[in-house]
Amino acid sequence: MRSSSVRRALVVSIASVLTLVACGTSSSTNAGTIHFLGVWSGAEQASWFAVLKPFEDSTGIKVSYEASRDQDAILTSTVAAGNPPDVAGAPSPQLLSQFAKQGKLIPLNNAVDMTALQANTAPSWIKLGEPLNDGKLYQIFAWGAVKGLIWYDPKNFQAKGYNVPKSYDDLTALQSQIKGSGTTPWCVTVESGSATGWPASDWLKEIVLSQSGPDVYDKWVAGTQKWSSPEIKQAFTTFGSILGPSGGNVYGGPQYAVATNFGDVGTPMFTNPPKCYMLNQASFITSFFTSANPALTPGTDFNFFPLPDINPQFAGAHVVAGDSFAMFKDTPQARKLMQYLTTADAQTIWVKRGGKLAVNKQVSLDSYPDALSKESAQIIVTTTIGKYDATDQMPADMKAAAWADLVKFIQNQGQLNSLLAHLDSVQATAYHS
Amino acid sequence: MSVAAAGHLESTAAVGSLPWIAQRIQRILLHAAVVLLTLMWVIPTVGLLVSSFRPSAQIITTGWWTALTIPFQFTLQNYQDMLAQSNMGTAIFNSFMVSIPSTVIPVTIAAFAAYAFAWMKFPARDWIFLAFVGLLAVPLQLTFVPVLSFFVAHGIVPDNLSSIGLPPWVGLWLAHAGYGLPFSTYLLANFFRQLPSDLFESAEIDGAGTLTVFFRIVLPLSVPAIASLIIFQFLWVWNDLLVALIYVGGAQEVAPLTVSLANLTNSLGQGYQLLTAAAFFSMVVPLVVFLSLQRYFVRGILAGSVKG
Amino acid sequence: MDFSVLLQDIPTLLVVIIGVPVVLVGYIVGAEFLVRRLPDKNRPQVRPWIWVGPALVMVALFLFIPAIATFIQSFQDNHSNFVGFQNYATQLAGFPSSPTWIAIRNSIIIWLILYMILVLTFGLIMAVLFDRVQYETLVKSLIFMPMAISSVASGVIWKFMYWYQPAGSPQTGTMNAIVTFFHHDPVAWLQDQWPNGLAILNNLALITVATWGLTGFSMVILSAALKGIPGELLEAARVDGAGEITIFRRVIFPLMMPTIVVVGTTLVIFAIKVFDVPYVMTNGNFNTDVLALRMYNLLYLSHNNAAAAAVAIVLLIAVVPVLIFNLRQFRAVEARR
Repeated sequence: MRSSSVRRALVVSIASVLTLVACGTSSSTNAGTIHFLGVWSGAEQASWFAVLKPFEDSTGIKVSYEASRDQDAILTSTVAAGNPPDVAGAPSPQLLSQFAKQGKLIPLNNAVDMTALQANTAPSWIKLGEPLNDGKLYQIFAWGAVKGLIWYDPKNFQAKGYNVPKSYDDLTALQSQIKGSGTTPWCVTVESGSATGWPASDWLKEIVLSQSGPDVYDKWVAGTQKWSSPEIKQAFTTFGSILGPSGGNVYGGPQYAVATNFGDVGTPMFTNPPKCYMLNQASFITSFFTSANPALTPGTDFNFFPLPDINPQFAGAHVVAGDSFAMFKDTPQARKLMQYLTTADAQTIWVKRGGKLAVNKQVSLDSYPDALSKESAQIIVTTTIGKYDATDQMPADMKAAAWADLVKFIQNQGQLNSLLAHLDSVQATAYHS
Repeated sequence: MSVAAAGHLESTAAVGSLPWIAQRIQRILLHAAVVLLTLMWVIPTVGLLVSSFRPSAQIITTGWWTALTIPFQFTLQNYQDMLAQSNMGTAIFNSFMVSIPSTVIPVTIAAFAAYAFAWMKFPARDWIFLAFVGLLAVPLQLTFVPVLSFFVAHGIVPDNLSSIGLPPWVGLWLAHAGYGLPFSTYLLANFFRQLPSDLFESAEIDGAGTLTVFFRIVLPLSVPAIASLIIFQFLWVWNDLLVALIYVGGAQEVAPLTVSLANLTNSLGQGYQLLTAAAFFSMVVPLVVFLSLQRYFVRGILAGSVKG
Repeated sequence: MDFSVLLQDIPTLLVVIIGVPVVLVGYIVGAEFLVRRLPDKNRPQVRPWIWVGPALVMVALFLFIPAIATFIQSFQDNHSNFVGFQNYATQLAGFPSSPTWIAIRNSIIIWLILYMILVLTFGLIMAVLFDRVQYETLVKSLIFMPMAISSVASGVIWKFMYWYQPAGSPQTGTMNAIVTFFHHDPVAWLQDQWPNGLAILNNLALITVATWGLTGFSMVILSAALKGIPGELLEAARVDGAGEITIFRRVIFPLMMPTIVVVGTTLVIFAIKVFDVPYVMTNGNFNTDVLALRMYNLLYLSHNNAAAAAVAIVLLIAVVPVLIFNLRQFRAVEARR
């Protein structure tokens, strides 16, 4: 009896394996598949799929897309284990540059039309894609955002007779005027889960660029400008004067600023009466305004002016950021996709759907869905001193330390010197790992 | 059973007598404590439940309890938006395909091992057992690269598995099983070890083989432990996101429900109000598993078999 | 939503549901069948390895070998050169305020003690109390519910609990609504490093989240153990006139002790390797870093495998005392039978 039950068990298990075989073999053949690891989910994912659709339709190539906010962990593990995606798209170039240095990325010089790329893209974007400075392009950029935009409610300004500041002195004067009227001038919120502090770093790098210029900025990015140097320290104190003594210029004070999500930054500005009058955030923040309060309309309920130049010598300096793409496996399909992403056709699709600004100059300004996004797109195209987000180019250690220490700075500006010393010590090691 | 015990408690004293009053007070205190504890635990969940029916603009500006006053402003929008994801059906199917084998494999293998640890003698038994418990502390992130390298070297990756006709999740099943084994073995060995030894002695006298003892005595008597183990292993796998992303990736054809739900918000975290609805949606299956295994948590399974 | 896929693929699901257990049971039945063919005296030597074999292989492959690799890595730099205790020295420098020491303090003192005590105590109280009411299944399900919520969603839930608005504004968070109701200023629960920057308060706020999430675990296992205590034993005690508290102390508690040790051990290990809650809610800011999160950030942010390995080994060493306690415990059980 026992042996017969054994036999039966074996027969059943073999049969089940065979059935599995029969069930599994049903994938149809096509022009190939691209495994793509990105970060866009939710509404962004829909826009990303809209971009891919004409590509998939015309080539027959299928893009198997996966998104994750744990991109660092997944890419690091799968690359190390020898199983990377074909193509990855990242919200900042640092992680992908790291893989370029490890020799894990495929140079794109033969994959994309370099002549067209050079003609249609600002040189700084291309240089950013060459992290080894060996003339080999490892990353391309398709969409970006402009940072350092000061958002305000025009109705509030009108009611109080405030004018949009033309210079940095105007801004500080306006700040004192609002403070004098008994309201906090600024809304600043920096909570962002595992990236808490980054909105404060936006303030800092905009101030560094506008105050001390592109050379200092570049050295700071490269790790050769100390955090305790007069220039960076001055930027911190300038940021401190925006925050006010003990954070008194900011709605809710330091506690609220560090405890509240960056996406909720606008909520107090749109209450009646407003609890703050201005906030500094990149061009994407408008979608947070309208999703929290669908009644708001761009232009009439909110508008922006660029952070005024602090040092006229560096007038028109702007910090930008963008989505970068890199190729881990050299397949014909992946090459086609990389080339496609550089084209104006591809970039226009997302631009029209809102939330992103194109890097390709051929994308018409008329493609932008509203006046505000057109205006910020113009900044990206016309800026004389355009610099990529500094912390996003620094080693991840440096970036994380900067975010964390900026949070501490907001909480207690008095500890600035010890924070800068700490950042110096991180800088000393972070660039050599 | 609990009901019987409670009934027994109340029947020992005459109605109206002092002991009867004392028992009444005890009962009231007991119910008060149970209700209070439960309330403490459900308040956060109730807050989420209420929020999941609120428009996103209100979630940000007012506390959830304000929604409980007139005028009621509830909406199904969050649930609609969440379910509008085109691939929900596939995602649920994938979640079952991942969770069921990833529960069955470690629980079964752990039961085999636990039986040996509890009732067989072999060299270095206690040290191996200790190593099992200790390995529970290994942070999973450390294992990703070596394990994935092993899978890649042996073709246990989704593309390759599909092309030879196996489900793409085989690697993930094995990984979840490996990660779940230390706890499963530890818990079951502890339960098996507490079974009375005369059971085994009498079985041996009756001439029962190892298999019979295992399937006819050990397993039936450990049903509550096995049921709780199944609940937890299933739950951990069902709610896992990172391990799945590492071993099968997040492509729609293979990714479980957690991947779809994590992708409800955009990369900046916008749209988190959808997560309120998603939390309740993804909670349904684990709760059903929990409730359906509840009936194995009854007193008396060991009745008449314990020496005390 | 497209549920047709679900129906279409049900056969595959069924094959897997049936096929996997069949293979597993087939293994043990087949192997036992072979063992029986061995000479009598060899059987007891071979049989245990048949039963522990699959578990041994899988644990070795998925956990043990990576752990050994980590151990080796912790004595090397990132280019595989032997550096002795260099990584440990770097990580353990700067006592007591360096990032690793803060993580050690939070994981091995604050989390280990508070988390274990809270989850174990609540779980035990619930298991015992709920056993005595008719609506046991209902209340148990309600306590269990948080376990079924993913860490991302529980981050959202506790955002509603800990939400902070400045004093004077209407509060949107449950905790601050309660606190301000009693005329206290609102508290930034996750950021406030009370007292004096020691950060007990915000660590406790994180531990509360984790306790809320895991108490269902200890309750279910302890409840299963409680149900294993024969009813006659309890009734006999009651007939003898023992009070409920005496019954708990003299009968229930001793009989549940082995299970309490198992749950306690598991909780200690969970506490030492806690990751999700601090990762989702503070990412270790405001002095709330823990060992597993520190390791994660060294691994994936800093790409510093050597440092991450050293931190991981510190984490594993912290578990050793618990293992020794367990060894003594189960040798005692062994000796009793």
